[in-house]
Amino acid sequence: MTSVAKASIEPRAKGDPVGNGVFAALTLAVAVLFYAVIAVIGSEYLYFAGYVVLQFVVLATAWNILGGYCGYVNFGSAAFFAMGAYTTICITTIASEYAKSAVGAAIGAVPPGVLVVLMVVLAGIISGLVGLGMGYLTLRLRGVFFSIATLALSVVLQTLVVNWDFVGGSRGAYVIRPNEFPLLPGGFIAYLFVLMLLLVVVALCVSRGIERSRLGFGFAAIRDDEMAAEAAGVPTLRLKLIATTISGALMGMAGAPFPYYIGYLQPQSAFGLEYAVNAIAMPMVGGTQSWIGPLVGAVLLGSFQQWATVTISSVLNLLIVGLLLIFFVIVAPNGITGFFRDLIYRRRRSGGGSGS
Amino acid sequence: MSQALLHVSGVTKRFGGFTALNDVSLQLAPGERLGLIGPNGSGKSTLVNCLSGTLVNDAGSVEFDGHKLDGLPPHKRAYLGLARSFQLPRPFGSMSVRDNMRIPLMYTAAVRAGHQRSEKEIRERTDELLRMVSLSDKADARPVDLTQVDMRKLELARAMAAEPKLLIADEAMAGLSNAEVDDILKLLMTLNSKGISIIMIEHIMKAVMAFSQRLVVLVSGTKIADGVPAEVIRNDDVVRAYLGQ
Repeated sequence: MTSVAKASIEPRAKGDPVGNGVFAALTLAVAVLFYAVIAVIGSEYLYFAGYVVLQFVVLATAWNILGGYCGYVNFGSAAFFAMGAYTTICITTIASEYAKSAVGAAIGAVPPGVLVVLMVVLAGIISGLVGLGMGYLTLRLRGVFFSIATLALSVVLQTLVVNWDFVGGSRGAYVIRPNEFPLLPGGFIAYLFVLMLLLVVVALCVSRGIERSRLGFGFAAIRDDEMAAEAAGVPTLRLKLIATTISGALMGMAGAPFPYYIGYLQPQSAFGLEYAVNAIAMPMVGGTQSWIGPLVGAVLLGSFQQWATVTISSVLNLLIVGLLLIFFVIVAPNGITGFFRDLIYRRRRSGGGSGS
Repeated sequence: MSQALLHVSGVTKRFGGFTALNDVSLQLAPGERLGLIGPNGSGKSTLVNCLSGTLVNDAGSVEFDGHKLDGLPPHKRAYLGLARSFQLPRPFGSMSVRDNMRIPLMYTAAVRAGHQRSEKEIRERTDELLRMVSLSDKADARPVDLTQVDMRKLELARAMAAEPKLLIADEAMAGLSNAEVDDILKLLMTLNSKGISIIMIEHIMKAVMAFSQRLVVLVSGTKIADGVPAEVIRNDDVVRAYLGQ
């Protein structure tokens, strides 16, 4: 049985001329190009706005691995995001509070640029483990009960953080973002932007790699009919645990650089409603059954929100997301990509060209 | 009877105060065709669910091919060679017919064989299975566009993809026309001729009688008859259960 697990990420041949390696290279190339365009324009605002959109791409993609592929709707995305952010707060607080101790001094000696990367890795590990634990506790629940449990997890974690004085409690905590960054012209914010861009590449590669693998087919079987999946030999509990772990880890990784971005982190902003809502709305709008849906949804909704924030109102943008979500649930329940996929399928069937 | 493929002894299942299965025992020889009949609510599907692991029996034990099944989740039972079709077809709705076959091929069949098939092998095996149930021309359709009989065929083909030793067909013919019933019956006979034991749960007596080598009758969760079909249906208890006093 173990030999089978090794072959989990074997690319699907059907209609898939692009292997995982080629896809990673292509995504990276697009990312570099995207950065180059922003860098040439050189506006600091674009780094700030772009960072948020990219962060949502990672969150939406991460949510989709559990919510879209497996069909388990997680309302607790904000908790995983916040866990990443508070990992950073925790470590930087250790550095400042215990600056004289060996551990504190060692952390303090690490340049911020390197420290952020370490935080991303650490946050990924912690959030992944919490995802695994949450999955173990809640995945015996189905449908809406699972969703309620994830929401409860979010509330519990927020309460813990609010009452945990070391990380600032309800007051929040500061992280000093250096202005300069030696290698990039745009300073530290440009560096954070690049970091998030790389996380997007990682998230998309993971998401697409899963979708076209044995694991991805197992996920889809669980989403379609868990009992039939089990009867067909899919170890449903194990696969769901893998999904919560990967999904949680990616969300935490997206949250780790956030304190550096925002400078001053409060529980209300880390556990903000906008993360939970957007992480669900973006894949729903883009389409949940493939890796490309969350990307499309996050880029569209994320950019739109950034635009609405500066032109209309910074409070109004969640309302707009809500309205768009309702619109899509009614008009195109499978999202934008699902809508086009269904259209192509119908055309092909009614065309009758394929000898049917 | 150590040579029996399936050995059910004293299986009892209660739902609250209601006893759905009461001390049911039966055996199945390798390659045998067993018919399981009984009025609605007699516990047939509950027994199937206890065998396949969807439900956990409160008492008794099930042994399959030399392995104790008690406590094993459904997928592990599938790995041992126990396949089932569902009373109401449960296709994977977002996948094409072809991709529906992929799930048992990538999981159960792969575990049973000890290695993954290549894409080419999966394609060939899928084509073979779909040809067997005459669904080849609908390989790229989605389940939602299939007719009722095609849905049943998909259900059976998916069960067969797991390369089982025992197939439990839970009302694979319910709601089908006469010609369609004959279709499915022929299919089950073909599968049996390849050495697969089959338990057929059915209400259509014509099909059950034509198919079964042995007949087991459940009434209110209790086994009241077990034997040669022609004799079983003349059994007084069975007649009473079906027709009343």
